[in-house]
Amino acid sequence: MKNLSRDSRHHVTFRLNGVTVEGFSEPRMLLSDFLRHEVGATGTHVGCEHGVCGACTILIDGTASRSCLMLAVQADGAEIDTIEGLANADGSFGILQQAFHENFALQCGFCTPGILMSLSEFLQDNPDPSVDEIKVALSGNVCRCTSYHEIINACIDAAAALRTSKAEAR
Amino acid sequence: MTKFAMPEEIREGDTHVGRRMLRVEDRSLLRGEGQFVDDVPVKKGTLHAAFLRSPHGHAEIINIDTSRAEEMPGVFAVLTGREVAEQTNPMIVGFENPIDYYGMAVDKVRYVGEPVVAVAAVDRYRAEDALDLIEVTYNVLRAAVDPVEACEPEAPLIHPRADSNCVSKRNFVHGEPDKAFAEADRTTELTIRYPRNSITPMETYAVLSEPNAETGGFDVLSNFQGPFSVHTVMALALRIRTASLRHRSPKNSGGSFGSKLVIFPYIVVLCVLARKARRPVKWIEDRLEHLSASSVAPNRVTRVEAAYGNDGIVTGLRLTHWDDHGAYLRAPMPAPIYRMHGVSTNGYDIRNLAVTNHIVMTNKCPTGAVRGFGGPQLYFAVERMMHKIATELGIDPLELMRRNMVRADQFPYKAIAGALLDSGDYLRTIDETVTEGGLDALKKRRDEARAQGKLYGIGYAACVEPSQSNMGYISTLKTGLERERAGPKDGAVASVTVSVDALGSVNVIGDSVPQGQGHQTALSQIVADQLGLDPEEIVVSLDTDTSKDGWSIAAGNYSCRFAPASASAAHQAAFRVREKMARIAATRLNVPPGDVEFSGGRIHAANNPENAIPFYRVGGLAHWSPSSLPDDVEPGIRETAMWNAPELTPTTANDEINTSLAYGFGFDFCGVEIDRDTGVVRVDHYVSAHDCGTILNPGLAEGQIRGSWASAWGATFIEEFCYDDDGTFRSGSFAEYLVPTATELPDFQIVHPTPHPSPYTRLGAKGIAEGNQYTTPVCVANAVADALGIEDVQLPLKPAKVLRWIGGAEPPPSKGIQTNAPAQRNPSAIEVSGQMEVPAPPQEVWDLLLDPDRMARLIPGCERLVKTGDDRFNGTVMLGVGPVKGRFDVNIELAELDAPRRTTLTGTADGPLGSSRGQGSFVIEDSAAGSTVAYDVSVELSGKVAAVGGRMIKGAARQLIDRFMRALVRQAGGGGQAAPARHRSGFLAWLMRLVGGGR
Ligand code: FES
Ligand code: FES
Repeated sequence: MKNLSRDSRHHVTFRLNGVTVEGFSEPRMLLSDFLRHEVGATGTHVGCEHGVCGACTILIDGTASRSCLMLAVQADGAEIDTIEGLANADGSFGILQQAFHENFALQCGFCTPGILMSLSEFLQDNPDPSVDEIKVALSGNVCRCTSYHEIINACIDAAAALRTSKAEAR
Repeated sequence: MTKFAMPEEIREGDTHVGRRMLRVEDRSLLRGEGQFVDDVPVKKGTLHAAFLRSPHGHAEIINIDTSRAEEMPGVFAVLTGREVAEQTNPMIVGFENPIDYYGMAVDKVRYVGEPVVAVAAVDRYRAEDALDLIEVTYNVLRAAVDPVEACEPEAPLIHPRADSNCVSKRNFVHGEPDKAFAEADRTTELTIRYPRNSITPMETYAVLSEPNAETGGFDVLSNFQGPFSVHTVMALALRIRTASLRHRSPKNSGGSFGSKLVIFPYIVVLCVLARKARRPVKWIEDRLEHLSASSVAPNRVTRVEAAYGNDGIVTGLRLTHWDDHGAYLRAPMPAPIYRMHGVSTNGYDIRNLAVTNHIVMTNKCPTGAVRGFGGPQLYFAVERMMHKIATELGIDPLELMRRNMVRADQFPYKAIAGALLDSGDYLRTIDETVTEGGLDALKKRRDEARAQGKLYGIGYAACVEPSQSNMGYISTLKTGLERERAGPKDGAVASVTVSVDALGSVNVIGDSVPQGQGHQTALSQIVADQLGLDPEEIVVSLDTDTSKDGWSIAAGNYSCRFAPASASAAHQAAFRVREKMARIAATRLNVPPGDVEFSGGRIHAANNPENAIPFYRVGGLAHWSPSSLPDDVEPGIRETAMWNAPELTPTTANDEINTSLAYGFGFDFCGVEIDRDTGVVRVDHYVSAHDCGTILNPGLAEGQIRGSWASAWGATFIEEFCYDDDGTFRSGSFAEYLVPTATELPDFQIVHPTPHPSPYTRLGAKGIAEGNQYTTPVCVANAVADALGIEDVQLPLKPAKVLRWIGGAEPPPSKGIQTNAPAQRNPSAIEVSGQMEVPAPPQEVWDLLLDPDRMARLIPGCERLVKTGDDRFNGTVMLGVGPVKGRFDVNIELAELDAPRRTTLTGTADGPLGSSRGQGSFVIEDSAAGSTVAYDVSVELSGKVAAVGGRMIKGAARQLIDRFMRALVRQAGGGGQAAPARHRSGFLAWLMRLVGGGR
């Protein structure tokens, strides 16, 4: 990584949900702050800033990552996906969003962006997960409103719907 | 595992109320388009605030030097507590008391995390940089931490104007408790220590404040949750008209569970800061700030005594509470204890009651509302007592509970302390739960487990679930005479406005300030039923604006207010709209208004649906053609209901108070198995039932039960805010304050008993969101008592504690070094001792130890070290551990010098990350290699370092001392051999664990 000077702002650009965005960041600025306050993508939330709650989880080059534990300058050139990119092209809910909706899997919705991103990564590699596997996948996300079981149910429903849609596509 | 059914189709004639309608709120939230405070765009030039906070539990502020921070580029204002005290009035609480509270520390700090200086700068990063430039000198005082000890005369006094840390003590007598105790067959008692916890919402406090030149006041946006009675407290503190304090809350709030009530002191401080900076100022609390200094439920010590007959009938109850409110009282504190006063006897028909309430100040974070609001503490005591009586009499605990329950034919039932229990059939609810939840099978399971030698227990708990608080209950704290002087306080007004525009579109606004419960969805269902519309056609906006909305002091989201109060207000407002539209339509349909019905977007004659007019046409008439309206019908359609219930009467002369309007009933039972070797308590089967009257939306209601279960499970097993005896706070991150995650939270069974709607609310609905806070902790505790045959069960049920109860006691901790015992215990003290062979004679080592220049090179991170007097040294050291790094100002004093053999030393280190105090000794002896240096050092930490990772810091500090000793050996002239220091194995083991080694 190139050497950055502490007191200047550096140009940062990456693709966010398929669209190129750019801005300027001090080397110490967190990626979560950059996303929310420089880019204006406030869908990603910040709940602890010490890597425990998972609210800030986003996909960086397809891998679920804590945006509060990364610097904006580290994301330069990356492919980033956030909650804002989950809906279908026509704006309707994607499969995971619909499953959350039908299962009352959110209340205040503050943890939800991180949970959706964790699960969208998880479901890609686990088309037919068990309850225990889902629990482990969720273990890095804290929700204080639900009992997680609504979320687990949503994940099961989403997995089934994804399998069906894949089978139909074939 | 419970699986939700998919939503059913609506059939003709069904109401929307009661239907599992999917949430309207999800549409934006699931797309990342919610509007939380920190999402709302701010004006250019908006500043960000940061707070310098106390590292001490109790200390005098000797001096604050802010000069360097003020000069820092980007800093617009630096504000001390003293300035706030000069510019504001102390924030009032509901009774006269000797506490001056300004939201920031003035002259003295009283808990770790208390704001000492506020900074407003161009961004949050710079504001936090500026904090590092502020120097505060403290004189540390002895702390009061335990609520019972804090009431003793020798306890350090926290507020100088008070006579005692117990700032309010009230005795209540209902019935004839003394007589009941004197005449009872038996009496017994139990002491409970209920821990400190909160539900730590995922979104922390957030405030944006801007001075408003026009009104002379402020425009504030925050996630404050009400009650709006506190709006008055803020305006009075700021010395402005209430109308000049415009408070808005955005559409979304990221959970609260009560905690966002006491954001208001920060609002006041932010207003003062914004005025000084002459700019809008925004503050987003961080997690350490939230955990250490926002709000918690009071921990409580309760001594409960019961008088009972050999038949198990309880005739008298005595409750003595010490409610620990931390360092200050903030309105509406000390409400939790009084909110439950009317239901002190829970759902039992106990007619003699004595209650003594001590409201105690300690050196801890001040308290506020937490889901359950006083109920968990009370019911833990009462329900543990029922279990104890049953055990003493050899009666099945459930049978004993049943014998004492209020019976169905007694409703409405006036409890001895004043609660008017509105409706229910408690025995029936229990029967239904026992049958559906499979109690018989569970008992078999217990017997089988026990036959195999396992530790297995069954527990029960029942609760009356109060909802919609009487705004007058806090006056119960005052004597009858004081109440008379202050004037009556009662009721709980809820406001909802329904309007219909010229195209028949329906708008609803209300004062319920939701934090995720789905109020928009439920209100659209209620209004849709009244107006014969689809809920989809109704737009509900629940962001609030005190300058524009209808609201009264009870507005807000707390104490299960929504289902009884807001739902009633919505029903009433929609009903009025319906009446008005019926009158207009009736003239067109040529039928009397009473014969008009609303359905399917049409208004029609009841006996002839063909005789109809579209809903929107009536809306159009009201706006476009006032002249065609019947006489005495006002144009436009907008109805605001200010709904109140007459049952919410003031406290009576003999202290009886109907604390809430509607009372649901909850009953839980569970089976737990306890691992003998690890002390882990596993919930094997858990069943929970809640009769909350009419269910507005089963999906939302179930969400509340489940959410309450999750947080109650946390309170039962893992959540606790920990303080050392010197006030050091030790739960500053989610690594220390553990909250439930998906992996450990078990599932449970919900039973839906026959509902008993409230006769006092318009839809018969009662609150449901708090039930498991009441039942779950004590239900599990009773099961643990049953499994282990013990009496003293204290939460949270951490394995180490449970292991002690099992009797397989852990080995006692190894003995630390002997030092002059510090006045107060700080278990996070770091104790290091060891010895080293140094290849130099004692005199050389001695000279080295006393030479600041050479020592500066030995001490890790030392930037400067100078001699400031005989045997005194001062220096600056930069230390970093894990995520935290900072500069410390170090002072060391040597004593008992016996050159070149021995010295003791004491020292302090202070910096933005916290403070530490240490003491120790060095002994130098001749040895074959040169000398042997033996050292014993003990260091105590407080402030941020102690709060965010005592254990990690401990290891790191040991490592530093180790590095220092090695450097000493090198400097003294050789590659010397350190004898294995006693701490080494512990530290290495720690390091191995950290890197996942040892496998
Ligand atoms: S905000 Fe990143 S993990 Fe909590
Ligand atoms: S929905 Fe509120 S924290 Fe998860």
